[in-house]
Amino acid sequence: MHETQTMKNDKQRDLFPGALEMMILRTLKRQPLHGYALVQHIKRTSNDLLQIEEGSLYPALQRLLKEELVKAEWGISSTNRRVRIYKLTAAGTKHLEQEVSRFEKMLEGITRVLAPGES
Amino acid sequence: MRWLKQIFSRRRTYADLSDEIQQHLEEKVEELVAAGMSREQAAAAARREFGNRTFAEEDARAVWRWPRVEDFMQDLRYGLRMLGKAPGFTTVAILTLAIGIGANTAVFSIVNSVLLKPLHYPQAEQLVSLHQIAPGAAGLADFESGLHLSPSMYFTYAEQNRTFQSLGVWVPGTANVTGLAEPEQVRTVGVSDGVLQTLGVSPVAGRWLAKADQTPRGAETVMVSYGYWQRRFGGDRSAIGRNLMVDSRPREIVGVMPQGFRFVDTDFDVMVPLAFDRGKLILAGFGFNAIARLKPNVNIAEADADLARMLPIWMDSWSNGPGSNPHIYETWRITPAIRPLKQEVIGNVSEVLWVVMGTIGVVMLIACANLANLLLVRVEARQQELAVRAALGAGWARIVRGLLVESLLLGLLGGAMGIGLAYAGVRVLVAMGPANLPRLAEISLDTRTIGFTVLLSLFSGLVFGLIPALKYAGPQVALALRSAGRTTSASRERYHARNVLVVGQVAMALVLLVGAGLMIRTFRELRKVEPGFTDANHLQLLRASIPGSLVAEPVRVTRLQNEILDRLQAIPGVKSAGFVSEMPMEGFDSDWDAIYAEDKNYSDGEIPPLRLFKHVSPGFYETAGTRIVAGRELTWSEVYGLRPVAMISENLARELWGSPSAAIGKRLTEFPKMPWHEVIGVIQDVRENGVQEKAPEIVYWPTMMDNLFGPGPAGATRTVSFVIRSERAGTQGFLDEVRRAVWSVNASLPLASVRTMQTVYDKSVARTSFTLAMLGIAGAMALALGMIGIYGVISYSVSQRQREIGVRLALGAQAGDVLQMVLSHGAKMALLGVAIGMCGAFALTRLMTNLLFGVSPLDPFTFATVAALLAVVALAACYLPARRATRVDPMVALRYE
Repeated sequence: MHETQTMKNDKQRDLFPGALEMMILRTLKRQPLHGYALVQHIKRTSNDLLQIEEGSLYPALQRLLKEELVKAEWGISSTNRRVRIYKLTAAGTKHLEQEVSRFEKMLEGITRVLAPGES
Repeated sequence: MRWLKQIFSRRRTYADLSDEIQQHLEEKVEELVAAGMSREQAAAAARREFGNRTFAEEDARAVWRWPRVEDFMQDLRYGLRMLGKAPGFTTVAILTLAIGIGANTAVFSIVNSVLLKPLHYPQAEQLVSLHQIAPGAAGLADFESGLHLSPSMYFTYAEQNRTFQSLGVWVPGTANVTGLAEPEQVRTVGVSDGVLQTLGVSPVAGRWLAKADQTPRGAETVMVSYGYWQRRFGGDRSAIGRNLMVDSRPREIVGVMPQGFRFVDTDFDVMVPLAFDRGKLILAGFGFNAIARLKPNVNIAEADADLARMLPIWMDSWSNGPGSNPHIYETWRITPAIRPLKQEVIGNVSEVLWVVMGTIGVVMLIACANLANLLLVRVEARQQELAVRAALGAGWARIVRGLLVESLLLGLLGGAMGIGLAYAGVRVLVAMGPANLPRLAEISLDTRTIGFTVLLSLFSGLVFGLIPALKYAGPQVALALRSAGRTTSASRERYHARNVLVVGQVAMALVLLVGAGLMIRTFRELRKVEPGFTDANHLQLLRASIPGSLVAEPVRVTRLQNEILDRLQAIPGVKSAGFVSEMPMEGFDSDWDAIYAEDKNYSDGEIPPLRLFKHVSPGFYETAGTRIVAGRELTWSEVYGLRPVAMISENLARELWGSPSAAIGKRLTEFPKMPWHEVIGVIQDVRENGVQEKAPEIVYWPTMMDNLFGPGPAGATRTVSFVIRSERAGTQGFLDEVRRAVWSVNASLPLASVRTMQTVYDKSVARTSFTLAMLGIAGAMALALGMIGIYGVISYSVSQRQREIGVRLALGAQAGDVLQMVLSHGAKMALLGVAIGMCGAFALTRLMTNLLFGVSPLDPFTFATVAALLAVVALAACYLPARRATRVDPMVALRYE
């Protein structure tokens, strides 16, 4: 019981809820991608600073699918592989904007508190 | 509809997901291999990077699920499986619930149909009964039905009111119908104009009785009930327009009322117009029921005020004849007390029904307590299983839910069976119920009743399920794993819940038993009362009416009745026979009038108290077994000689002249123009209105007297109850001979109300016996359930404490000590339960005060007896397991583990 819980905790140590979704949406805004390419892109872009288990991408993608922020279609990748390609919907674009602005506010708040020399 | 699509495409979604993840891993492996890794290394690395695939896939699937619904379905399946695994427990539980819920549903369906549902008339909430009280009219004042309306009152109210849409008067009666098959006495209801408009129920064929039908000496018309139409005319529409011989006069049938139509609380066959002759009406004649429909937004207080306003108008508009003072009725202090029609229909039965409903509800609670106890034991046995489930990650809320689902399932299964039982139960109840239970035909299991049953099932499931669920599924459940497999003598606390339940059961059982005990005492008190007749079982009654159209001359009516008596007395086995205008408790409308005593002074216009009066034949008292306290009985020569004689009841003799013997030879009269009648006999008091009611003062006139009203020499009583004393009363052969005897005198005399006096008596105590039977059944169930409860708890605690008892015995405790230890555990619970129950009974029995007779709701004898009985029974229930405890073999008990 304890082991499973600690594992789960480890997995999300670096991310707050919704962060992964936000990054997915942002990435998809640039171009539609399939799951593998998506996670590689996020890892690469973040310079591997974020420890993301590749598997955790999929629950997040399903959540976005359910809320219709993204849509998915089977297609053929550049490497001639059968893949499921995700695309941002209009609702997804809007949601991303809101999330990003909320995140920025939060970040600004945290940054101010953490900034040295002020009290 | 998106969610619906999601459900159906779920399989596809999951397959896509799986496929996608597979593709992901393969792509990764290929990339790594391309970068120079071996295939095995690459596969391992890909898996590492991916994390736990099962978790990821499961989490991803969970997004699409409805966890609540699906967990619930899982609980449901699990619950059914667990119940199926314990068939014994399940059967006992479901049966207990089915009986409890069935009984409750049956009683509720009656309460619902009789008390809760609106009457079967359009806008029934506007309907009222014009009830009025008259504290100054002694004799009429303690009449439950209050002061009826007189025809003149009806005209005043109908013409002058400001608060009613319509109003009318009606009166039930009987009439002879001849010319169809054999002569038949039918139930009639006489109605004035306005009655049908008030009730507002359209005829199923033909038309209503109209205003034109109400003109005296106009067209003679009738309406018939649906039942009579079916019975006599086979539901043929051509019956409309045909003539019906009612009391030997042809009347045209103009309409048929629909099926199920009842006249307030009365069934009828034929409805006749009252057709008052407005020009001949006087103030008096208070013999009519009145109903009215309130105008919208008028309340009862306003309508009362309206009636009160019209009373002086009534007194000014009519008179009782020249020389009489119309304002004499001011001394009666007539006060309108309008009641909703529903209240009038329900009458005094609502108390009984609520008491029965409460009682049966308490039985249900006791049954639930027993089930909770059973479940506690079961859950305790399942503690390991629960602990394992908790260890495997089930939240305790989930475990509680699982247990609750199980008990709710039990509740619903029991409820489903209970509805079946209720269906049968309603029939039994209706058959057992007070004979005059109103709205009997309306009783049915409707949607509201089914709703009640479902709620009750869920509620009981919740009640008995929540206790064990909360107790054992709590966060401490993991502890159970550690102690599992060891049956130590548990702490007191472990039994606490069960002890509390048993104490509650004993307390509730005590309340019910006290109720039942009080009813038994009431019944015994009722039996002790001398009703004014003896050996009711051997008294045959039958009622016959000789209408003027059949035999016009009064003397011939009396001779005919006399002849019938002679024929009846000639039947083998008949001791004696007589007749009277109505027997006690028969419930026919009685006659009341003011009675003047010769030696009393009455101030000008003063009206003395009203007395009940009856007409009797010679030989009546001897036949009925009514004692003659002083003086003598009437003779036939006095009847035919129209001698001015009378007999009075003992209480009237005492009131007027101090003692029965002093009354003999005194004279009294009904009104000034009537000759003084000499009192020749004083008769034992008779419980005219039922055993529980005070005996009224009665004047008995001879069956035939000088005619005081109309033309002709004499007046005879045309409708009488014949009373025959015989050991053969009530047998079919006897009744055939009685009918032959009557018809040998006149073949067109219908006989009605053929029954023994015992039936009449039983009917009059039906309310009490019904309540007694219901409380008795409930009390017995409560006692049995309570006993099982105590037995179960003690027995279980003994089996759990075997090891401890073994140790005690091994250390030298005597069997007696063990016995005492176990018994005192039971005794403590029983005594606590009895004490709490006493307080409960003390508070609750006053609710049934009106159902009791001759016994206080706090009757110490009943309380003491029931408490003792319950204590003894509880100890007896403990004794068996206690005995078993003393037989514990220390070696076996210690080796057991």
